[in-house]
Amino acid sequence: MGYKAMIGLEMHCEASLTNSKVFSSARNSYSVTPNENIRPYDMGFPGVLPVVNKEAVKMALKTSMVLNCKQPEYMYFERKNYYYPDMPKNFQITQETKPIPVGIYGYVDYECNGEERRVRVNNIHLEEDAASSDHLYDTTVIDYNRAGNPLLELVTEPDFRSGEEAESFLDHMRCVYQYLGVSECDTKKGHIRCDVNVSIIDESLDPEDPSNWGTKVEVKNVNSFGGVRECIKYEIKRQTRAKEEGTYDTEVVQETRRWDEETGTTISMRSKVDAVDYKYFVEPNIPKYKLTKEWLDEIRASIPELAYDRKKRYMNDYELSEYDSNILVKEKKISDFFEETVKLGADPKEACNWVNGMILSYLNYNMITIDEIFMTPEMLRDLIKLIDDKTISSKQAKDVFAKVLEDKKEPMKVVKDEGMMQITDEGSIEGIVDEVLAENPKAIETYDPENPKALDFFIGQVMKKTRGKANPGMAYKMMKEKLDNLKK
Amino acid sequence: MKYMNKSLEELHEMLKNGEVTSKELIEESLKISHEVQEKYNAFVTILDDAKEREVTDNILSGIPCGIKDNYSTKGVLSTGSSNTLKDYIPFFDATAYAKLKEAGAVMVNKTVMDEFGMGGTGTTGHTGIVLNPWDKTRMCAGSSAGSACAVAAGVYPYATGSDTGDSIRKPAAYCGIVGYKPTYGMISRYGLFPFASSLDHLGVLTRNVKDAAIVVDNMKGIDKYDMTSWDSSKIHLADSLTGNVKGKKLCYIKEICDITEYENPSDELKEHFNNFFKAIAKAKELGMDVEEVSIDRTLLNALASVYVVISCAEATSNMSNLTGIIFGPRGEGKTWDEQTKDYRTKGFSSLIKRRFVIGSYVLQSKNQERYFRNAQRVRRLLVDAWKDLFKKYDAVILPVGSGPAKHFEGDNDMLSKETVTLEEHLQVGNFGGFPSITIPDGFINDLPVALNITGNCYNDETVLNIAYALEGTMNYKGQIAKEVK
Repeated sequence: MGYKAMIGLEMHCEASLTNSKVFSSARNSYSVTPNENIRPYDMGFPGVLPVVNKEAVKMALKTSMVLNCKQPEYMYFERKNYYYPDMPKNFQITQETKPIPVGIYGYVDYECNGEERRVRVNNIHLEEDAASSDHLYDTTVIDYNRAGNPLLELVTEPDFRSGEEAESFLDHMRCVYQYLGVSECDTKKGHIRCDVNVSIIDESLDPEDPSNWGTKVEVKNVNSFGGVRECIKYEIKRQTRAKEEGTYDTEVVQETRRWDEETGTTISMRSKVDAVDYKYFVEPNIPKYKLTKEWLDEIRASIPELAYDRKKRYMNDYELSEYDSNILVKEKKISDFFEETVKLGADPKEACNWVNGMILSYLNYNMITIDEIFMTPEMLRDLIKLIDDKTISSKQAKDVFAKVLEDKKEPMKVVKDEGMMQITDEGSIEGIVDEVLAENPKAIETYDPENPKALDFFIGQVMKKTRGKANPGMAYKMMKEKLDNLKK
Repeated sequence: MKYMNKSLEELHEMLKNGEVTSKELIEESLKISHEVQEKYNAFVTILDDAKEREVTDNILSGIPCGIKDNYSTKGVLSTGSSNTLKDYIPFFDATAYAKLKEAGAVMVNKTVMDEFGMGGTGTTGHTGIVLNPWDKTRMCAGSSAGSACAVAAGVYPYATGSDTGDSIRKPAAYCGIVGYKPTYGMISRYGLFPFASSLDHLGVLTRNVKDAAIVVDNMKGIDKYDMTSWDSSKIHLADSLTGNVKGKKLCYIKEICDITEYENPSDELKEHFNNFFKAIAKAKELGMDVEEVSIDRTLLNALASVYVVISCAEATSNMSNLTGIIFGPRGEGKTWDEQTKDYRTKGFSSLIKRRFVIGSYVLQSKNQERYFRNAQRVRRLLVDAWKDLFKKYDAVILPVGSGPAKHFEGDNDMLSKETVTLEEHLQVGNFGGFPSITIPDGFINDLPVALNITGNCYNDETVLNIAYALEGTMNYKGQIAKEVK
């Protein structure tokens, strides 16, 4: 008998692009120096009170709208009570589904392997992040920089059927968050963390009927998209094997597991019986407040062009291929870089080739982001222009590109300093061509005008003399004319 | 005592005229502080190095005051009268204290309270019990016990307090002084160690109504650090005290004030009510209408339980930050949870622990509907009942407690079922965030007793003006405690 999987995700995304934290005026900024961005609130000193960051609420509502969710009439926050050293107040201010959070009951359409899919969204809510802990050999150190950063938790219905679907959805959402200006979604900075719920069900049964559902296993804190995909694959395999071996009821229990990246397996953390009672209640220090229609309309109007629309525009207006367009829009900052280059006057197709080719491979090879590369859209525009007006050859352009990044110099300067300007002056080229002809009488004797390769030797000599700077087209044309005349 | 028995206006006048200096006031206040500490144990900290301040046009400038120890005071020990914070020196000021400082006020001591404001006896602070300056065998009530004791004993004209159930207004009554908590959010709670956030108010204890108005005028104001604070810049409490209350309407509640509602009333209770109705008669003489109203007894009977459930629930969550990990003495143990457990086990008094257990119990998902949510619903019903009264009346006037200050021993600590509503009705002021003021209205066996006036939210000016007018008809304004035992 076959089985199908029912997979739900809880995707935590840090809204990294607000100025300050969600309930305190400390800076929301990733920092390598521990405990740099903190205010009394973030460390839970006696007497501190939360003050809601309007910008964070706005971002949350924007996301809620893009997810086709219903927005609440009133904003509430709730307290979730539990003790953990990464949370100094020992309660987290968050939102529960009752009363409704920033968004409830929506859906997202996304693509997986070129096919359109839809996942239902149970809810999205705004909460404060915990501090980050570093577990050293015999001690743990806590860094409160992250404590109190705005965190958006998106909870889907169990609509995914495979690890690939879940991964595609995460890719899609990363795009959404980046385009909305909510988050950089940098997994290296821990901006995205996922909890994964997996259960399996006999293929013949109706997944809409809860009585058919299998035992739900939760895998906590999976911090990469690949990890999500792999841990789902592993869980499906584990649960299916248990079904086939008849050990499902004892082996697959309602529990929380964690993903172990090194072994590629999930490991049991605690059973649901030990589940914490979070003792939720409405946060008394934040008065509930009405979301006016005007404000919601204003927020809706501020939603920018998202990746999907951008992709369509690239295909229609710039006649780029779907493949290229997909690559360009995947990271908003890459797409922005491309757009800026085009806006500055570069040809879209050439700009696309450079961005998707040289630039992306440079970023990947050096493991940096587009913010960190020395090349700017202006420089790329200049580089493309240098080729277009034949100042340099496209082969030279690649060297210029490398030099720009290596020496941190602008393309124009590289070309000048390296003496890379092509010789396009007819008189100069003629002089060199004549020199070459005068120096190689033997070669002229054996020259066969019918053989297309026969010219190569002469052109090679021209290039040698000019150290590659002679315009190849002009040199070729002139050389052929002269040789053909000599042979007549 | 040359100066500290005077009112703020009198002292300000003297400072302005050069009859006395800020330095001399502080010296006297400190001297009495030490005497009062010796006799009644009212302070956690006495600031012997308190410096004089420049006398400006602000009435508070240069004049000493006391600050309750649950106010965060930058650079000055702030313990909340708890062992868990016995060495805690904050690095930021509570907004209300910062405002007093800005006005030129001089803090000379931090006053003892029931641990974190939980308790109504003044006996649970980590530095020991506070004695009543009228009778050392009796309590000051709490939690603002030290503040009430010190103001009554003439240490200074005012001390700040906080009030979650009746923590300003009950001690004021037991000590024969004025206790006022304004509308919820009029004074920022930022920097006040929280007990139950939805019920916590800041306020003041003074020896006359006008002083209370002057001090709160200086403490109040919208604060960007407290979302529940509101803009009260159009409210001028001291200026509104005209004494003209003609045509104002008051009511008292039959189920609380009618002696026939009690099966075997003590002589003390009879006398207490007698005092109260004398004050009612004076209110009528001032031109106010006073009527008796009735409120469903079932609802009134639920009052005290509602308070316990809500305040304990919020408290258990609010005080989860006390772990000894970031601040406070680090507990013993190998892991963070062992250390936290050790710190909390050793640090909190048994009363607080009991309340934490109750708070956790009523919030548990299996109990929450039955206890916590129902308590919230009944809270709403009680507030609505009072709001209904405010549609017709400017204020509700009621006696405070069942008589004078209780003995530490002998008086049954457990509330008698009959007088529980009488003892606890001030809590409605916290449920609704209503402005509420207690003023002395007489004596029983040389011990002070009091009445309370509570009005609708934002009507602080009316409530204070009524209290001010009534105070003028009685002889208890500005009184200093005279020890009878």
